[in-house]
Amino acid sequence: MWFLAACSFERESAMSQPSISKSMTTGESGLAVVFAVTAFLCVIAAAKAVDTPFAFHAALSAAASLAAVFCIVNRYFDRPAALPQAEINGRPNYNMGPIKFSSFMAMFWGIAGFLVGLIIASQLAWPALNFDLPWTSFGRLRPLHTSAVIFAFGGNVLIATSFYVVQKSCRVRLAGDLAPWFVVVGYNFFILIAGTGYLLGVTQSKEYAEPEWYADLWLTIVWVTYLLVFLATLIKRKEPHIFVANWFYLAFIVTIAVLHLGNNPALPVSVFGSKSYVAWGGIQDAMFQWWYGHNAVGFFLTAGFLAIMYYFIPKRAERPIYSYRLSIIHFWALIFLYIWAGPHHLHYTALPDWTQTLGMTFSIMLWMPSWGGMINGLMTLSGAWDKLRTDPVLRMLVVSVAFYGMSTFEGPMMSIKVVNSLSHYTDWTIGHVHSGALGWVGFVSFGALYCLVPWAWNRKGLYSLKLVNWHFWIATLGIVLYISAMWVSGILQGLMWRAYTSLGFLEYSFIETVEAMHPFYIIRAAGGGLFLIGALIMAYNLWMTVRVGEQEVQMPVALQPAE
Amino acid sequence: MKAILTLDNLASGLVTTIWTPVFVAIFLAIITYAFWPRNKAAFDEAAHLPLREE
Repeated sequence: MWFLAACSFERESAMSQPSISKSMTTGESGLAVVFAVTAFLCVIAAAKAVDTPFAFHAALSAAASLAAVFCIVNRYFDRPAALPQAEINGRPNYNMGPIKFSSFMAMFWGIAGFLVGLIIASQLAWPALNFDLPWTSFGRLRPLHTSAVIFAFGGNVLIATSFYVVQKSCRVRLAGDLAPWFVVVGYNFFILIAGTGYLLGVTQSKEYAEPEWYADLWLTIVWVTYLLVFLATLIKRKEPHIFVANWFYLAFIVTIAVLHLGNNPALPVSVFGSKSYVAWGGIQDAMFQWWYGHNAVGFFLTAGFLAIMYYFIPKRAERPIYSYRLSIIHFWALIFLYIWAGPHHLHYTALPDWTQTLGMTFSIMLWMPSWGGMINGLMTLSGAWDKLRTDPVLRMLVVSVAFYGMSTFEGPMMSIKVVNSLSHYTDWTIGHVHSGALGWVGFVSFGALYCLVPWAWNRKGLYSLKLVNWHFWIATLGIVLYISAMWVSGILQGLMWRAYTSLGFLEYSFIETVEAMHPFYIIRAAGGGLFLIGALIMAYNLWMTVRVGEQEVQMPVALQPAE
Repeated sequence: MKAILTLDNLASGLVTTIWTPVFVAIFLAIITYAFWPRNKAAFDEAAHLPLREE
């Protein structure tokens, strides 16, 4: 594939080094042995499996482990004796291979995730589309959609951009040789196991934490490696100051590790089976789940993407960050406050009342750091507002920040208990989530990929800015249709549920409320369809940028201005 | 039930409440650091960091 071709290009440039005797590094030989042993153990697990999905996953893991051994050995035979240098002619020799891989996977999973979203939106409008098959039922496709868009699309965007930003802002090559590849490939293998598991009915039934115990263990290994690669790159930095985007990335990586370990301790029924039971019980389990769930929003979907905002908007607008002071203060305020907001998912439940009020209070306080971030992102445009007219990529990035401001205004409002009594369990929540997910996370990711792909593949620019413009308007229209349909639907639904007759009976039966939702479900599906079309345009544009885009001419080193 | 002041109660009470002043103090220290006049030049430079690479 083309990203492998790009890697061989790097190899050729290193060929001219004086030859030294070639031997495997400890990492190469060690990892090859580990994967060989893993393959053997997975074959045994597949043979002794007590359920079919586990046998399938064990076989898949055995095949993947063998493929990993082959890739490591093959890479060793292909590479020159010396490993890639950290610097060439005094300039950092940035490692772009894993970034290209993650960018490609982000686009792939993005389209898959948006498509599954469109399918389940259509299922809600026309239930016959469930096809009466277990694998295509809403209950199994819904976690496939959420995991594909959040963890597969969003996760690959975060890994790709974090590896890029940490190298560039530290002016140093990414730490590790095989480790970054282990992170990007290992993470995508986790997605594969999780996603196929959902379709086969494997789930621990925790929202956004559905993967079962063996997938969780694998993710832990991958994630710790990710943290180590990131930290090791920070430690060997040439730039004395740690840029604010790296703080946000680090908060994202560390907190996701803590959340994952906190929410997922489980005891498998059999080590050869997929089913496990979570250690927490009752309301403690619920509280752990929403401590996890809301901080996945706070640290995965917010902190990580704010890191993208702090690097890509200044870069694209060619303006410095509006207020670096504000970035420090709103970073720490966000860190101190977010972790307490989870209980607002459990209003009017068995959770103690004071805990619910605590969650609500912290959610309201989050207004300040959220808007601090939004103001900082938007005001970075001061002196460059005119660029919004001509640069659709910058427009996408800026509109994403506007959506961030909007959804972080709506969220605290919905956490207020009286508002929540109307909004909770209705489509309003779905609308709120998607104004954040499509508008903020989606658009900031699209903007970042539109910047990152030409940079990573060394292209002068995008294949077509006109297509970016089309993407922007089609997707924006889709988001507006989606969220306005869900607002109306959700408030209608909430009001119908609580309507009483003069005699004190409930005015509407449940099925009447479902019937009332139908037109809004069709509008929502149409909005999702437009969003998907936009992403397909984007994929074509990025593909053509890589295939036919003009190579950026590297300035001869002698002519470089002094730094 | 009568609250009895024992060393145990005092210790657990301290441990569970001490975080509020500690976190407030840390946060105030961060704000002081952010607004310390001598740091301004360094922050202004850091704000330009994405623009002056390579």
